[in-house]
Amino acid sequence: MNASMKREPLLEVKHLSVEYDAPNGTVHAVTDVSLTLHRGETFGLAGESGSGKSTLAYAVARLLNPPARVSSGEALYYPRPMPAQNGAHASRQAQSGGGAAWQPFDILRLSEEELRSFRWNDLAIVFQSAMNALNPVMDIGTQIMDVLWTHQSYLSKEECKQRAVELLQLVGIAPDRLKSYPHELSGGMRQRTVIAIALALSPEIIIMDEPTTALDVVVQRDILGEILRLQAQLGFAVIFITHDLSLLLELADTVAIMYAGRLVEQGSQRAVYEHPRHPYSYGLINSFPSLHGPRRKAYGIPGTPPDLRAVPTGCAFHPRCPLAFNACKTRLPLLRQVAATAEEGAPEQVACHLYNQAFREEAPTSADIAAAYEAKAERGGVR
Amino acid sequence: MRHLIRRLGIYLLAIWAAVSINFFLPRLAPGNPAEVVFFRLSQQGSVSPATLKALEIEFGVNTTDPLWVQYFAYLNNLLHGNLGVSIQYFPSTVTEVISQNIRWTLILLSVSVLMSFALGSLIGVFLAWRRGSAFDSLLSSMMMFLYSILYPWLALLAVYFIGFKLNWFPYADGYDTNLIPDWNWDFILSAAYHAILPALTIVISTIAGWMLTMRNTMITTLSEDYIMMAKAKGLTTRRVIFAYAARNAILPSITGFAIALGSVVGGSLLVERVFSYPGIGNALFLGIQAKDYALADGILLLVIVATVLMNLIVDLLYAVLDPRVRQERSA
Amino acid sequence: MSQSPSSPLPPTAVEGEQEPEAASLEPQEGITEATFLSALTTIARRTWGAATTNRKVAIGSSIVGFFVLVAIFGPLLINQDPLHYTPGIGVKPPSSAHWLGTNQANQDVFIQLVYGTRTSLFWAFLTGLLVLIISVSVGLVSGYFGGVVDDILSVITNVFLVIPSLPLAIVAVEYFSRTVFTVAVVVALTNWPWGARVLRAQTLSMRGREFVTASRSSGERPWRIIFFEIFPNEISIVAASFVTTSIQVMLAVAGLEFLGFGNSSTVSWGTMLYDAYNSGALLQEAWWWFAPPGLCIALVGAGLALLNFGIDELADPRLRQLKRRKWPKKQRVAAA
Repeated sequence: MNASMKREPLLEVKHLSVEYDAPNGTVHAVTDVSLTLHRGETFGLAGESGSGKSTLAYAVARLLNPPARVSSGEALYYPRPMPAQNGAHASRQAQSGGGAAWQPFDILRLSEEELRSFRWNDLAIVFQSAMNALNPVMDIGTQIMDVLWTHQSYLSKEECKQRAVELLQLVGIAPDRLKSYPHELSGGMRQRTVIAIALALSPEIIIMDEPTTALDVVVQRDILGEILRLQAQLGFAVIFITHDLSLLLELADTVAIMYAGRLVEQGSQRAVYEHPRHPYSYGLINSFPSLHGPRRKAYGIPGTPPDLRAVPTGCAFHPRCPLAFNACKTRLPLLRQVAATAEEGAPEQVACHLYNQAFREEAPTSADIAAAYEAKAERGGVR
Repeated sequence: MRHLIRRLGIYLLAIWAAVSINFFLPRLAPGNPAEVVFFRLSQQGSVSPATLKALEIEFGVNTTDPLWVQYFAYLNNLLHGNLGVSIQYFPSTVTEVISQNIRWTLILLSVSVLMSFALGSLIGVFLAWRRGSAFDSLLSSMMMFLYSILYPWLALLAVYFIGFKLNWFPYADGYDTNLIPDWNWDFILSAAYHAILPALTIVISTIAGWMLTMRNTMITTLSEDYIMMAKAKGLTTRRVIFAYAARNAILPSITGFAIALGSVVGGSLLVERVFSYPGIGNALFLGIQAKDYALADGILLLVIVATVLMNLIVDLLYAVLDPRVRQERSA
Repeated sequence: MSQSPSSPLPPTAVEGEQEPEAASLEPQEGITEATFLSALTTIARRTWGAATTNRKVAIGSSIVGFFVLVAIFGPLLINQDPLHYTPGIGVKPPSSAHWLGTNQANQDVFIQLVYGTRTSLFWAFLTGLLVLIISVSVGLVSGYFGGVVDDILSVITNVFLVIPSLPLAIVAVEYFSRTVFTVAVVVALTNWPWGARVLRAQTLSMRGREFVTASRSSGERPWRIIFFEIFPNEISIVAASFVTTSIQVMLAVAGLEFLGFGNSSTVSWGTMLYDAYNSGALLQEAWWWFAPPGLCIALVGAGLALLNFGIDELADPRLRQLKRRKWPKKQRVAAA
């Protein structure tokens, strides 16, 4: 993970919106989200449930189930600038024509056939609950080899099996488990199996959707350690989705925070951790007591996330925000650069009027936000 | 394994319950059907003392034994395969009458029920995959109608239009009555030809249930994470549908299949009645009409045992299809 | 702040994790202090809401509603004995005097059909109710108490599940009396296990909920908890199972009547079919005689089935038919 490699874009999401029709109104699950994932990077996506973080990831993987649909935007993927090792890449490159061999292509516009070869070759997913992500009536060996048979049909049966054993060993599972069914494995082993399947074709991107939420704390640690070790070894990029911001701050390079379908803050791990700008980010970080680092008072964010059929006008967070002022209720804050880009990491961006000099001359400090939360809590706004 | 032993226990209990119902029903009934039968039977004379004894036990007449002694004597008779003598087909025993009729029922039902299950489930899979399409809406609503059709009525319509008006298929008897039942081609072809219309009506009247069940479980299954993962893995659509989705969605249908088999065996009564088809259903009906209670009771018992056996087979099948059942599930 | 980004995984864990997800949009715990009345009004309101938003429920309830109205008011409007006959008229096709023609016994088929609606629906719903009472009692008691009670009731349920309805009914009707009542009792006795199983599973899962635990620890008597606190929460499953059972029962009763095990002095759809079949309506090509009763059964059944599937869809949104909506072609690409 050297710096030059890191800054090379791998996936560029531009103005992506996802919506679906519900009985009483259209739900805007994701609205106008743009972000860039770099090669080998760990990109953390955080937010409460219903903030659209998973929907965003599934939209990029083209896994949205109707009635959810991408209503606008694109997701550009930059294939690896190396002589194509596997057939799928080469053929797709040829199809997309173009003189420049490494031209990015829009995942959202791939045909069924192109999509099938893109999937898992370039982008794999580790789902939230490993029990549900594995087919309960198929042994795990077959579920691993399924991928190999489909995408690397030149491999013989024996070679596939060999590779499956390697993959299991890679994630620390004994090869004799090949014939086990998912229900015969522990939660941690199941999650390792899912990771092994994800690694089968050495993809460029692995989306991890709350990969450890269903596991107990000790196993959680093991799995996270495993993921980081494998990432260092194999060099894939990770989009890590979680509601647990403190977890992200420990392992992500770049952190993005979503609220009500929009990106509200984005920046390097260090910047977001040390100086969360958006009052929502601040609340999210401090709703988890940290066991290390300076002692902070833990406050929950008052209120509940908005109904996505009727998102509040202006800044969607304003009804819960301790620092909201008039403009927040009427004008939508856009993502703006707040600090000079650090020498490493992503540029710091926040969508909040507090950092817009047109509304407020001096940006609030963390202490200001903390004080505001405290004041609101004392007025009885917190449970 | 424990699961299967438990099921086996339940089935034995079910058979025991059925036998007991058979024993107590005539005794609980107002009036005394047993005496009617017994009277008729002794009038016909030439009944062997042993059979007479068996019938006495079955109906509890001519005896001063307490009920529980009769009950055990009855059980003992059953264990020796002694179901008594048919009055209608005297001097054939009930066992003989049943064994003549059972194969017709078995062949007709097994072929048509399996066909209906396979076809219905397959169409259900297809409808779920194409849910929301015009084809799905049309077929689903047609199935709602078919689902609740009264079988004999459907059979009557088939007899009337296809058999009687169009004269495409024979609509009565199991074979051309000019032929002598034997294992030769003429006879087998004739039997198959005669079975088409009954089989068709069975398939039509039962297919809707399979289709709708499969469609609905399939739709639920399709939104499972492992289906999403299978799609994300870039597997072919065919593999996602069959190896991942349908393979799981079929499991609830299998349980339903076991139970439905029971009602279908009972339903053979209606089929065979409308099509004057030889078989145990028709035999039961005619037996009742002729007050041949020994035969009716024997058939009732047989139907229950057959249902139980089919349930057992399906349980075994389920254990093969669902690896989880071997350790987790208990009824 | 000593932690550096390059060693992102210090050994300490996220033990203090509180799920912010808990404060989500999910509806809260079931009806906590439910009384029958409030549960019923909720049901009524929801049913109305469902009937107006779900097409299946709307069509299904209109069909069933129509037949119920005919059953209640039809005979009052006609006010003529369904067994009344016009001597010598014979089997005649529909005419203005006899809307659905006449049968072998010189009776008016239309009048019989209207009276038959009353008999058939009455017995279908009554037997359905009987089935419901048994299955609700067994299912809830079995699921709530668990342990030995549950074991015994489960075995009984499973035993009854494999006893075939129709043959047993025929034999029983023969031994006892050829009345619809006998038929109804036997059909009820052989049809309850389905519902009992479903309700047992549901009750089992509900037993551990807070409001049940709370009432139990406050010394509420078991039967009160079962029927006043758990039952109202299961009302939608009960409703669905009542609808399905009613179809089964209606078909079973009509089947028995068709075989001649009905009461010949009452007129129902099943006995009409029996008469038609046995008087050679087929050979006389009197379609107006044998077609209408079967069609009515199929229509009511379809109405109930629609209602049932509609309820399923409301309970499980995944089953809902997708609204086909047009959106620009270039964007449709993305909705894989």
